[in-house]
Amino acid sequence: MEINTTTYKRCDLITVTGRIDSATAPQLSDTLNALMEEGRFRFVLDLSGTTFLSSAGLRVLINTQKNCKRYNRGEVVLACVPPNIHAALDLSGFVPLFRFFNDVITAVGNI
Amino acid sequence: MEISNSSTPPTTVTQVFPGRCSSLEKIAEFVRTAAQQAGLDDFATYQVETAVDEACSNIIEHAYQNTEGEIICTCREEIDRLIITLQDQGQPFDGSNIPEPDLCCDLESRSNHGLGLYFMRKWMDEVRFEYDPALGNKLTMIKRKEK
Repeated sequence: MEINTTTYKRCDLITVTGRIDSATAPQLSDTLNALMEEGRFRFVLDLSGTTFLSSAGLRVLINTQKNCKRYNRGEVVLACVPPNIHAALDLSGFVPLFRFFNDVITAVGNI
Repeated sequence: MEISNSSTPPTTVTQVFPGRCSSLEKIAEFVRTAAQQAGLDDFATYQVETAVDEACSNIIEHAYQNTEGEIICTCREEIDRLIITLQDQGQPFDGSNIPEPDLCCDLESRSNHGLGLYFMRKWMDEVRFEYDPALGNKLTMIKRKEK
């Protein structure tokens, strides 16, 4: 898994490429936690290059969303979610808990 | 170690992996290949890959409790199904008693655990846990082929 972070004025764009499983989810969690410690709570996650998402990755998403939404200080939105990963989010009941965008530019513009 | 026989069903392949998180990607590749060779479509293959990843993560975390051990993964293709068994020598682990997570509560109340087993149950046609003191844990998961 590879993580690239781009910082914009209003949000951070996190691009995740490869697998998010029990081996790699801690790395994603560390990246997001480090940003939240800097007081950044608006994240666009670009999952266009993500090939796999397990429950370990779902835990990172839900924990980050909880942390960001607390005190209305921010939000995690998901962009370019591949169909298989959308199916996993749907089965987990996570779809109502996130906003989804089909492209990154719209996501960054609407967060 | 890989054992394989003829290419027409039933076909069985077995591989042994170190029971640690860094094996998950290789296990996924092994199972994905078996699912594709069994003729499962892309989504069914992804479902199998997910179920096996969750099962192996449970073995590493709960059965081996992050100590050393092996996971023996066997994929058996039959005419109408793919049967995957995972064996380990860790602590007894029986997922059949673990309740399903509550997926309808609000964000703050949402639990972080239980989703892995939920995926296994929902995306495989059969999930069976067995424990034998001599042989250890044996998990059998079955995915039927679409007709």
